Amino acid sequence: MTPYRPFSADHRSIGINYLLLALCAVTIGTLLSLFMRIHIIAPFLRLPFFGVVPPEGYLALVTMHGTLMVFFVLTSAPVNGFASLVLPSQIGARSMALPRLNAVSFWLTTLSLAVLLAAFFVPGGAPISGWTNYPPLSGIAAAGPGQATGMDLWLISIGIFCIASVLHAVCLLTTIWTRRCAGMFWARLPLTVWSWLTTAVLMFFAFSVLLAAVVLLLSDRHFGTGFFIPKGEVINGMMYDRLHPHADGSPMLWLHLFWFFGHPEVYIAILPAMGLATSLLANFLRRPPVSYRFMVATTLAIGAFGLMVWGHHMFVSGMNPYAGTVFGLMTMAIAVPSSGKALGWFAMLFQGRETRIRPLPSPMLFILGFLSFFVSGGLTGPILAQPVLDAYLHNTYFVVGHFHLIMAMAGVFALFAAVYYWFPLMTGRLMNDRLGKWHFWLSLLGAYGTFFPMYDAGLAGLPRHYAQLTGSTSTVASMLRLQTGITHSALLLASAQLLFLVNLFWSARRGAIAPENPWQATTLEWTASDLKECQVSHSPYEYRFDGNALSPVMQCSFQQKQE
Amino acid sequence: MDSQVIATQPTSAHGEHGHSPHLRHHFATVAQQREAASFGMWLFLLTEIMFFGGMFTAYLIYRNWYYPAFVAGSHWMIMWAGTLNTTVLICSSFTMAMGVYSAEMRNRKALLRYLFITLCFGIVFLGIKAYEWHDEWEHHHVPGLNFSINDFTHVDQRYPQDKPLAPDMAEKTQAYFSLYFMLTGVHALHMLVGVSILVVLLFHAWRGAYTTGHMTTIENFGLYWHFVDIVWIFLFPLLYLISRHQ
Repeated sequence: MTPYRPFSADHRSIGINYLLLALCAVTIGTLLSLFMRIHIIAPFLRLPFFGVVPPEGYLALVTMHGTLMVFFVLTSAPVNGFASLVLPSQIGARSMALPRLNAVSFWLTTLSLAVLLAAFFVPGGAPISGWTNYPPLSGIAAAGPGQATGMDLWLISIGIFCIASVLHAVCLLTTIWTRRCAGMFWARLPLTVWSWLTTAVLMFFAFSVLLAAVVLLLSDRHFGTGFFIPKGEVINGMMYDRLHPHADGSPMLWLHLFWFFGHPEVYIAILPAMGLATSLLANFLRRPPVSYRFMVATTLAIGAFGLMVWGHHMFVSGMNPYAGTVFGLMTMAIAVPSSGKALGWFAMLFQGRETRIRPLPSPMLFILGFLSFFVSGGLTGPILAQPVLDAYLHNTYFVVGHFHLIMAMAGVFALFAAVYYWFPLMTGRLMNDRLGKWHFWLSLLGAYGTFFPMYDAGLAGLPRHYAQLTGSTSTVASMLRLQTGITHSALLLASAQLLFLVNLFWSARRGAIAPENPWQATTLEWTASDLKECQVSHSPYEYRFDGNALSPVMQCSFQQKQE
Repeated sequence: MDSQVIATQPTSAHGEHGHSPHLRHHFATVAQQREAASFGMWLFLLTEIMFFGGMFTAYLIYRNWYYPAFVAGSHWMIMWAGTLNTTVLICSSFTMAMGVYSAEMRNRKALLRYLFITLCFGIVFLGIKAYEWHDEWEHHHVPGLNFSINDFTHVDQRYPQDKPLAPDMAEKTQAYFSLYFMLTGVHALHMLVGVSILVVLLFHAWRGAYTTGHMTTIENFGLYWHFVDIVWIFLFPLLYLISRHQ
């Protein structure tokens, strides 16, 4: 194992770099979310760092929490981080095809994070228009505190992030395309690689368009163009046009460009988790997926559909209702390959009930947690996909609950599974299983306690982005008890993560030394041998009877001779 | 682009141990390395297409909404400059292709000559573009900074059959000019990057880096240059030609 050298172009080190970056981002993002949760139920409490948060300060917390989590955690870790860590060895390559491009993309991501966090420290503070930053709020500096320099920093940060992600996608695709070792045919790629491939294609299309949108918005803000800002904008009772004559732009253009990125982004976050789920299930159940081809096909189908459904975020934006119908139908069509995948996993679990290893190790528990969130969060997808229902549920806590379960919790649980599973590749040690199990059960409890009641709040009509509940209408005020419970669960969920941090740092130094193939896996990242003369002769996930136990058949053949 | 240049530079440490000096260690063969570099370049160009695609979407939407404003706006384009620039760019693409060919033939002199001509064409293009932008500034057609609807609310001498626009539609010529400056601006930025890389390439070519059989860098730069050329081939009709005669 090569040593960790953070400043080299070595793919493993860059993978670890990305994961550490994501750890920083997720720590800050979680703290921000706790501040939000506490502020909702106790708006006049003095918070550390922020003091008493005014309503617009709450919106700044929302914006930064969303941006950090979506970009720097759910994009940086599953795709950039873990793909850099294991993808080359999984396809039998010694490194990425374009290693320096990989390094450039990591350092650009770091720069982007630094620029984003700088927004907290400029006059006016962080932007307040949410992570989607709809114009005209995001287009005009006078629109609110944080919409001047803070907003500029947000746009610059995301612009840099787009460039970094696009470069990383180029790097991944080139590697998969040109660096597979002898015998690694397309039909023998591990399913994780298939999902990273699909994800890279999505990143590639989505982030280039977001870059265009960001450049246009920056130009609106500084060069007086009029792409997004409509005529007749009134700010603080002043007609904005008198001061800044603008052409008739349309915020709808931003919505289209943003969600053309934003919806694929959901799949960028969750597709790697799906590939990981299938791989780990196969590994721990000691049997191949029910159908390899089916799993690949559904991955590709989800990716392809994912590029064509962005309009379902815009049902109530004034878009043509016919377009809404089409987008709604397309969205419900995604449920078909997604349920196909879920049923495939259940079939695997059913078939593997005899052969599975006992007791289930913590990575497997987290994958089961992922499955649970995938179902409980995913089932509300087809509900929100219908324009008629969405007209009521749009912008309520129902949506918040939906995407936190399906994207945030499912995504993060898969990330935990990946960390527990691949930890030996990073440090040569295993993570503590007992702590891992405590971490799992407490997180599961905390996550359901936090996000499931949000469905209730949403169905009752509570809008999101409200800084406080008291002092307004009685319907909203009556939600205070529910929201208090949610806040307590959120505190439990966050404290459970301390167990993970302790486990992470303790195991990195003192954990049990991992054997060569600790999980009895079959994919190439677990071979200790040099991959130089690697010749792949088996499909991934093969096990054979060896006496009365199932033993793994490593994909690459010389490994077999050594046995 | 930059990392492509770096990634394919021969390093002096190699050469002692039995493989081509251009082959970097993580590749098995030179052919694989070349395939990886050019595949990466094609992917990069695809992302560029998506980037410009976002802006072309904006063009499409506003053109449908504010058609008369787009017609009036495009009447103020300087036809001869646009046409000349198109010619200059097409010629530069030809000389660039000849440059790649010379590198393939290992003809250092010809490579230097063609790269130099390409560089000159690139600079001429930027010069003409700057002249056009200056002209638009003089006519108060720069939205936000220096704009007046005067030209569009009165009958233009050169197009006497045009009806003057109503003031609200005349305001919308700003959408046209916003798009014009964004699209040509971003395109010119790409040209500027291209010209800068060309200077570096010229220096390396002068030292004979690309005429020893290893020419991936030149090939990939050629792809970039042709791409920037093709973007202009779309911009020219969209901004100058298609609304001109109704």
